[in-house]
This record gives sequence, C-alpha cells and structure tokens, in this order.
Amino acid sequence: MKITVNGSSHEIDAPDDMPLLWAIRDRLKLTGTKYGCGVAQCGACTVMVDGQPKRSCVTPLKFAAGHDITTIEGMDGAEFEAIQTAWRAIDVPQCGFCQSGQVMTATALLKEKPAPSDTDIDNALAGNICRCATYVRIRQAVRDAADTLEA
Amino acid sequence: MSVTTTSLSRRDFLRSAAWGSAGLVIAMALPGRGRAATMDTQAANSSLIASDAAGFAPNAFVRIAPDDTVTVLIKHIEFGQGPFTGLSTLVAEELDADWSQMRAASAPANAELYKNFAFGMQGTGGSTAIANSYMQMRKAGATARVMLVQAAAEQWSVPVGEISVDKGRISHAGSDKSAGFGEFAEAAAKLDPPEDVALKKAGDFRLIGTDVPKLDTNIKTNGEALFTQDLHHDDMLTVVVAHPPQFGATMKSVDASAAKSTPGVVDVQPIPTGIAVYAQDTWSALQGRRALKVSWDTARAETRSTREITDAYRQRAQQPGRKAASRGKPEQGGDGLAKTLTAEYSFPYLAHAPMETLDCVIHAKDGAVESWFGSQLQTGDQGTMAEILGVKPAQVSIHTMYAGGSFGRRAQPGSPFAAEAAHVAKAHAKSRPLKLVWTREDDIQGGWYRPLNVHRLSGGVDADGNVALWDQTIVGQSIFSGSAFAAMIKDGIDPSSVEGAEDLPYGIPNFRVTLHDGEAGVPILWWRSVGHTHTAYSTETFVDELLEMAGKGPVEGRLALLGEHPRHAGVLKAVADLAGGLDASESGRARGVAVHKSFGSYVAQIAEVSQNEDRTPKVHKVWCAVDCGVAVNPNVIRAQMEGGIGFGLGAALYNEITLEEGGRVAQANFDRYRSLRIHEMPDVEVTIVTSDEDPTGVGEPGVPPIAPALANAWRRLTGDAIRDLPFVKIS
Repeated sequence: MKITVNGSSHEIDAPDDMPLLWAIRDRLKLTGTKYGCGVAQCGACTVMVDGQPKRSCVTPLKFAAGHDITTIEGMDGAEFEAIQTAWRAIDVPQCGFCQSGQVMTATALLKEKPAPSDTDIDNALAGNICRCATYVRIRQAVRDAADTLEA
Repeated sequence: MSVTTTSLSRRDFLRSAAWGSAGLVIAMALPGRGRAATMDTQAANSSLIASDAAGFAPNAFVRIAPDDTVTVLIKHIEFGQGPFTGLSTLVAEELDADWSQMRAASAPANAELYKNFAFGMQGTGGSTAIANSYMQMRKAGATARVMLVQAAAEQWSVPVGEISVDKGRISHAGSDKSAGFGEFAEAAAKLDPPEDVALKKAGDFRLIGTDVPKLDTNIKTNGEALFTQDLHHDDMLTVVVAHPPQFGATMKSVDASAAKSTPGVVDVQPIPTGIAVYAQDTWSALQGRRALKVSWDTARAETRSTREITDAYRQRAQQPGRKAASRGKPEQGGDGLAKTLTAEYSFPYLAHAPMETLDCVIHAKDGAVESWFGSQLQTGDQGTMAEILGVKPAQVSIHTMYAGGSFGRRAQPGSPFAAEAAHVAKAHAKSRPLKLVWTREDDIQGGWYRPLNVHRLSGGVDADGNVALWDQTIVGQSIFSGSAFAAMIKDGIDPSSVEGAEDLPYGIPNFRVTLHDGEAGVPILWWRSVGHTHTAYSTETFVDELLEMAGKGPVEGRLALLGEHPRHAGVLKAVADLAGGLDASESGRARGVAVHKSFGSYVAQIAEVSQNEDRTPKVHKVWCAVDCGVAVNPNVIRAQMEGGIGFGLGAALYNEITLEEGGRVAQANFDRYRSLRIHEMPDVEVTIVTSDEDPTGVGEPGVPPIAPALANAWRRLTGDAIRDLPFVKIS
C-alpha cells in the first residue's frame, strides 16, 4: 500500500485493512498520533485526511491510499500556530496524551469557523476525550486563538 | 543501551561523571519538529544531557551543566499533576535560578536516594509530591547555591558574603564581576557539600507562589512528548496478552495454531496472567490474539454479578461492623430525637481509564533488565521484576516515562503489571526489547477498580434543631489488605475504607462509624482520592438532608457544626463568597454545596445545576475554594481543581463497572464506560485561600466534593435524593 503522509509518499507492506493509526505509529514511527480506544470514541488518533479531521484508528489503509494525510508532526499554518500558542499561554495540557488530537481538532475547527461560538467549540471537540478534564482551558484556548487570528 | 546501576551511594553520585550517561535519564526537551520518535530521537535527548558529563552534581537532585542549564531529577512520576514544574520551582527558588534555565527529568529507580517519605520507598501517590519534597528540594537547591557561591568567591578572590545571586547570575558588585552557574560548575563539583544550609523566608520567595510556565507544556502541544507507547527499539516486538474473561479464571487449554500463522506474529507463550502474543507490530499482535482459541477454567472465578454483590453488602450493612470511630451514645439510635433519617447508598466499581492504557517496554539482557514505563511505585516494580527474572533489584533499571494519566491505576502494590511485563520477557526465548500493550478493552475489563461500596447512615435532629445523631456503617473491600500497605490496617480497620467518614469534622454528640470488609473476587485499587470518593458523597449529602430537617441553611448549618475546624470553615466561607451564595443565577436551576478534607487539603465547591431535556443533570458552573497551605504554583493548583472536578463529575454522572450474571464485565470501551466530554464540562472558578501552612497536595482533593455538591443541587432542584451512583445508567 502506498500512502502520503506529511507530504511524503510511503510504501507500507501491511494488510489493507490495517488501521492507518498503526501504519503511522508502528511503521512510520510518527508517534504524536495516539492510540486511546481503537473504536473512534476518544479522538486521540485524530489526523487530517485531505484537510478534514478523521479517526485514524478506524480508517483502513485501503481508504487512506490516494489521500493527503497530515499528522501533528506535519501541521503548520496560521490556525495551527494560533492554537499552539494559545495552548501554551495557559498551560492547557496535564498528562498530555490526548492533546495532539485536541490540537488537531481545534485547528480544523478554526479553519472552518474562524470565530466559533462556545457551542461550536463544544460541538467540534465533543469527540475528543480528555480524562484529565482540561476542557475549561481547551475552550478558553480555542477562544484565545480565534481572537488572535481575528486581530 | 546501557544499564544503569541503581545502587550508587550518595557519594558516588556526587562524584559520578556518568550521571547523564545515555539510558540514565530520559530528557523531556526534544529537538526539532516533525521528527519521528525513534530511538535516535531518544538517544539525542539522552546525549543532550550526557554532553554535560563534566557538570556539577551537588546532590541526587540537582545537575548544573556548563551551558547554565539546571536539570532537576524528579522522584515523582509526571502524569499531569505537575511535579516536574513544582519540584523544579522549589530548587530554582533556593538556587536563585532563572526559570528559563530550568529543566526536569525523571529520577532513576533508587529507593535509597529517591524514596517518598510518606511511603519509605520510591513512589507517587496520596497527593504527596509537593508536601514530601518541599524541604528536600529546597535544601537541594540551597546546597547547590552555597557551593556555586563558594566556587565563585575562590575564583574571584572575594569574600563569600559579598557575592549575590539573582536570576541565574552570580555577581560581585565590588569588582563588577558576573557569571552564570555553568562557569563555576566544574569548580563547585570539587567542593564538599555543606552539612547545613539556610533556607529563604516565605516573604523572600520569588518563584514559589507564582505561575511559572509548566516545563512539559510545549512538547505536549506538538506531539513530541514521549510516552511509553511511543518507544520503538530496534528488533522490538509488540506484545498483547489474552486475559481470562472472569476475575480469577485461569487458562485450561489453548489452541494457538491460527494465532501463530497470523502474518506478523512471531511467538505465542502462556504466562501466569494469560496468553502472550508477540508480533512485529500492534495490529499483527491484535490479529494474532483474536485468532487464539482458549478454554478457561472458571472453578475459582468470581461469577457473581455486581447486583448480587451489592445485595450481599446491603444485607451486611443492616448490622454495625467493626468500630472505626465513636463518641457519645450512638447505639441509642433515634430514641428521644424529634426527627430521624436513614439512608442507604451504593457506589459501583470504577475503572480509572487513563488516556494511555498500561504499557511497558522491557529488555532483559546479560543478567540485567532495562525497562521504560509509567512506573508509579518504582521500588515495588523493581523488586517484582527482579524476582521474576532472577536478578538483583539493582540490576533492574526503570526509566519512568511521562504517563498518559493514572488516577491511581499505575500505583500498584504487588506490581501485577510490572510482573506481567517481566513474565512476558521471561517467556520469550530471545533477548530483545518487548513492548507490552494493553488495549482499552483490556483496561476497562482488567480490574483493579475503585471498590464497590455500600453505606448505611442513620441520623437525627433533636427538639432544638441540633443534629444529634450520626451512625454510619460502611461495607467495602479493603484496598490495603494483603498488599504492601497492609501495615496501615489498625485494629482491623483499613483507613482507606473509612477516611473522610471516621474523621467527620462536624460536632455531632452521638457519632459512630463502623466497617465491614466486603468480600468479592474482583481486584481493586485506589482511585483518585481513594476512600474519599465515596465517603465525601455519603457524608456531604446526608448532612445536607439532616440540616434541612433541622431548618438550617447548607452553608450556615455546616459552619455552625465546624467550630473546631477553621480550615474547613475557611474554604466554605470562601466558596460561598466566590459564588455569591446558594441562590441560583436563574430560574430552573439550583445550587448545592459540599466541603471535604482529603490528603491534608481542604476543598469546598458549589455547583449550579439544571435539568437536560432527557431529565439528566446539566452542571453549568462550579465554584471552588481550596486551602492547600503555601500555594507553590497557583496555576497548577487551579488546573488540578478544574481537572478533579471534571474527573469526579464524569464518574458521578456516568461511570459504573458492572459484572453480568456469570461474572463478565459488561463495559469494554468509552461507549459504555462514558467519559465526561467537553460539552458536559461546567465553567469552573477557583479561589485559593491564603495560608502559611506547609503545602499539601492538590492532585486528588479536588475530586471528592463535586459529586455531593451536584447531588445536593439536584435534590434542591428535583426533590430527588440520588443514593445509588451513577446518576445516569447507561445500558
């Protein structure tokens, strides 16, 4: 299987039903994308597929082939920078394990809605579990990032 | 990979130039964006420290490099509660370092050097990190400062007393000389450390009490922080284990032929906890495990359902158990009282479900063992792995990794997970690195839960409106019994079963708490705030109902009963001020309050609640007041209160582990073991009560009050007293 990750093409010798998550983590050794549940419940494995946030743990390799996949290691752009800066300014992460997925999903939200309401933020991030419950700060950081982008 | 001996004496440590050798410490700072987290990356980090081998190591905790960086070796595991930042702050304060030069790294497993004073061995738990390191880390920083100053004085030929240190610069005003720490690292390393050092007065603190940025934030926002799950070594295999479907069941027979022929599977071996499948990658290991045909022996398994276990506990709760606390004449019951109330509560088993499931990389080689994992009780884990693999504890090195949460799950008396990792290594013929991984299903169904508990309370109010009777019976499995902490059990009472109940702060004249040890074949463990997870709920909801019977307000009534407990009263008043009282902000909402002390810290919370369309609770806002002594990092304290509230709220609303008929766990993943999600997270406002007392912990104390605050608000809103948790049953 040939997949394109962070702009590079990779030949992966694996069954075509292997989830993209394991190709990214175990074969390409890009470990910013996390395993949390394996059933699209927690969002820790979120990657961009053609710019849209997807759960790599339930995306078989055969559906990833031919698409443009971006992991947190390959993210850039104004929205991503604003999200990261806002995250850091108020120390959002605790254990940090879910945060790649949170950052990816929040970036996708700002690309779609530069000035999200609190309800927009909640709706966009409702699929990303944080067991440390850093949600108050996630919400604040997304608002802060949106303000930065607007300014 | 080098194996680091863990039996270095302090003196060896002082003189050792090898403290930073590859393999001893995993650095937290990672270079470059977009790099794969291979062993190359890890080696780069370790060598980043190794290049400082000529540096200054005044004690087991402080490392000062020629480039001015100060690395603090942290004896507590970092999983979000903040010890990397907090303990480094204590060192930086007394060292007069600049925050930008501070780094943190996990200390190696070495009980002699890195024991937790609360346990007598190395480990993290009971919200003790700051409390038990407060003086130790400050002394470590002050010692380093004295030695650097002495080295500077000798080199500059000026009196020690004329040298000042500020923000990482050592200066002598008279000769206009100034230099960084690194310049004197080599000279200071040749000096003998002073026996005794003076510490700063609280009024002189520059960093303690400020919101210094957390040291691990940056790499936790770009995917660079390395967790155990992220490690890849050359020739490494990934291992998953098929565990029995009921607690206490064992393997009868296994047909592994299909598993062995699964592409990518390298080996299949029985181990004491199940059948281990070794494969080239995680997916292949999972496919191989799925192909196993196992038959299980359930002769000694727990086959009762949780319904049956709960019913058995309810029966026992009808009679008082072993006495944990008593005063006055509680045995007289409600005789002569104007009003009485009896209530029975049930609390389910709870899984911790940290975001990162249990995992461990282990490599047994040449009579030594090297391991990388989120070890929370290093000394026990080290000894357990040593015993199974037939080496001395000192030959087992543990690299304590960043862990994706724990909430108690990784602190394992008896070290069952470290034991499984050691057995996985022992059972595979070839010496190579092995990564043992539990899936989410393994995690949710794997036991070691917060124990199921039943409480029965009887109380009463006399003719004058005073709460005059409190008689509480608790039934639950003992966490300490049979564990390394069994010595904590006194007169048959496991303190972790009754904490928060037997020390009820309210001045009630006739008072008793008794305990029955419940019996069930379900492995149990502490869960963020341990006994307080259930005692805070039963006591704070029950007192709320009694006060209402007595015609007293929730805040005023509690304050009147808290005469001898000013810090409880302090946080209660503070939270009432913060929230502006208990009147809801709009109609259709209600507020409830709870106050509870745990792990030496005092927390009061007020929750404002309404009802969703599906009649479940919606928590809009939580106000929180905390008194944890000196506030070392207010930002971290607020974060722990916010997180504790979310964690406790999610459990109260949704979480229960149930055993079906036959003993199988009904929940397997986050679909039925629901986690709180962002749209269910209330706004949180925290106030920290100013205090000069020595600091106490904040990792757990934010959890206990939220569930009873919610319940008290809910009862005020709906009239419904919730006595069986969780609030929402998920089918």
